[in-house]
Amino acid sequence: MKDVSLAKTYALHIGIIALLFVLNFVLPDYHQGLFARIMTLAVFAMGYNLLFGYVGLLSLGHAMFFSAGLYGAGLTVYHLGWGVPEAFVAGVACGALLALVIGLLALRTSGVAFMIVTMMFAQVFYLLILYFAAWTGGDQGLVIQQTSRALNFGSTSFDLTNPTVRYMSALALFSVVLFITLAVVRSRFGRVLVAIRENEERTRMLGYDTVANKLAAVVLSGTICAAPGAAYALLFGYIGSSFASVQYSILPLLWVLLGGAATTLGPLIGTLFMYYVTDITSGFTSAYLLIVGVALILLVLFAPKGILGSIRQRWLGWLP
Amino acid sequence: MHFGPHLLLAALEGLVTSAVLALTALGLSLVFGVMRIVNVAHGEFFMLGAVLAWAISTAISGHPAIGFVAALVIAPLMVGLVAFFAEWLVLRRLNYNPESTIVATIGMLYIIQQLALTFYGPEARPVEPPFSYRILLPWFGYSGYKLSVVAASAILLVLTWLVLTRTRIGLIMRATQYDRETAQAFGIPVERVYAGVFAIGAMLAAIAAVLIVPISQAHYLMGQDPLLLSFIVVIIGGLGSLRGTVVAAILIGLSDGIISMFFSPTLAKIIATLVVAMVLVFRPQGLFGTTQR
Repeated sequence: MKDVSLAKTYALHIGIIALLFVLNFVLPDYHQGLFARIMTLAVFAMGYNLLFGYVGLLSLGHAMFFSAGLYGAGLTVYHLGWGVPEAFVAGVACGALLALVIGLLALRTSGVAFMIVTMMFAQVFYLLILYFAAWTGGDQGLVIQQTSRALNFGSTSFDLTNPTVRYMSALALFSVVLFITLAVVRSRFGRVLVAIRENEERTRMLGYDTVANKLAAVVLSGTICAAPGAAYALLFGYIGSSFASVQYSILPLLWVLLGGAATTLGPLIGTLFMYYVTDITSGFTSAYLLIVGVALILLVLFAPKGILGSIRQRWLGWLP
Repeated sequence: MHFGPHLLLAALEGLVTSAVLALTALGLSLVFGVMRIVNVAHGEFFMLGAVLAWAISTAISGHPAIGFVAALVIAPLMVGLVAFFAEWLVLRRLNYNPESTIVATIGMLYIIQQLALTFYGPEARPVEPPFSYRILLPWFGYSGYKLSVVAASAILLVLTWLVLTRTRIGLIMRATQYDRETAQAFGIPVERVYAGVFAIGAMLAAIAAVLIVPISQAHYLMGQDPLLLSFIVVIIGGLGSLRGTVVAAILIGLSDGIISMFFSPTLAKIIATLVVAMVLVFRPQGLFGTTQR
């Protein structure tokens, strides 16, 4: 039974990635660009899901990890003239370091206090970006030139502004993180995280160091969230303080809730769904925030498990 | 101007901020204390109060004082009604689960903000103060209205304190705050108390907004700063401690006024937010609060 579900799981995940690969050649230009953006932001949601879905820690400050990656990569390219790979690593490293510091501080609290503390640290991060506007560009942001967004392998050079290269880079990042998430949630570590979510006291009583495990989860989640931030700066060439605002802390929560918390593919489905709902409704109305608000309330009232969570509960019990 | 008068001016401005902040934070603290939920939409109730005050005062012609008094009565009642229905339609069905209510109130925040943008527009609009008497100090003239805001806020705070400690309604609220189940067992209609507390919390924010709107204009994004500052005040003051809330509001308002007059306002916000986050991390019961059971 277990082997069957394992085979099904891998078939499903590889199938999704293959489908996304094919879509690159099928989709019209506009939707190709939109999909690249959705895949990048879905990675952000996956990083968020790791902490919110599996450990049950609701953070309202994950925009700081995303923008740590965004600014870590963007500023090193813009001011220091670093290449794409170094800048990406710098962005991810910034996110990991920030997550370690925030984790050490914020994990001293729990529940509502944890949400407020993370929100406040994110607010400090946001205000710092505005305060150092001379380097960060403040709320105007900075545009990274096309010439500095080329990836060189020996003699071949990939221009990240090319739609197909951009799509494939986003897909590569998405695939890597998807399999990391899958590996983590199937591992011993992942099961301890779920145990902490279900009953922290009992997990501690069984001899697990819950604080160390939670800290590891925060760092992993922050690092994963920094990766799409760094990728966003390099692929789309714009960094701005709005990505650090509280709205970008709430969006991943919305995407994860919509797609299904504690499911590996939920973040992608949630992000995809929300992006297209916004895209379609923006043809009729500019009241995009109204839709976000109504969606949040309806979700929390009627479908707290999200799309994939409900499907898993009803039909497909083996979904990871 | 010399340093002394400059500091006095900063302190006066800070005192006005403190007065408004104390009322707003008291609303948040009541909801937080009695219902044990975090109302992220609190700042939007504040904004709604200001926007409605503008709508009411422009609809009524005649002396500005008539429009203002009408706004001071009607706007909080309307906001209270909105909060009452939000509680009845959404929060009650969530069984006041802390995490779900945070998500739901974030939803409310977006809905109210977007509706204000759609129907009120992106402009900042002023409300005329009910009187424009200036008090002449030796160094500068100071708006009498601003000082009356401080007085009005002080009166309202004392009234709330009297209601909480001296009346039967206050007793019922405190009983519900202390132990929900036992209160219910003694025949207290806990659900009605919750609906009432949520509405009163929103009304306090709306009153604060109506008071401030002749000084700073009504704008659809004006709820963000009061929300953050109220959180800060409630956390520093300690949960459910009225005295702590008032002391913290004065502390934050004065330091905000003084720091932003001599340094950058952004730096003031960074320092205040960081200090509060650290207070939460290392002293979660607040500076004046007692440990919750």
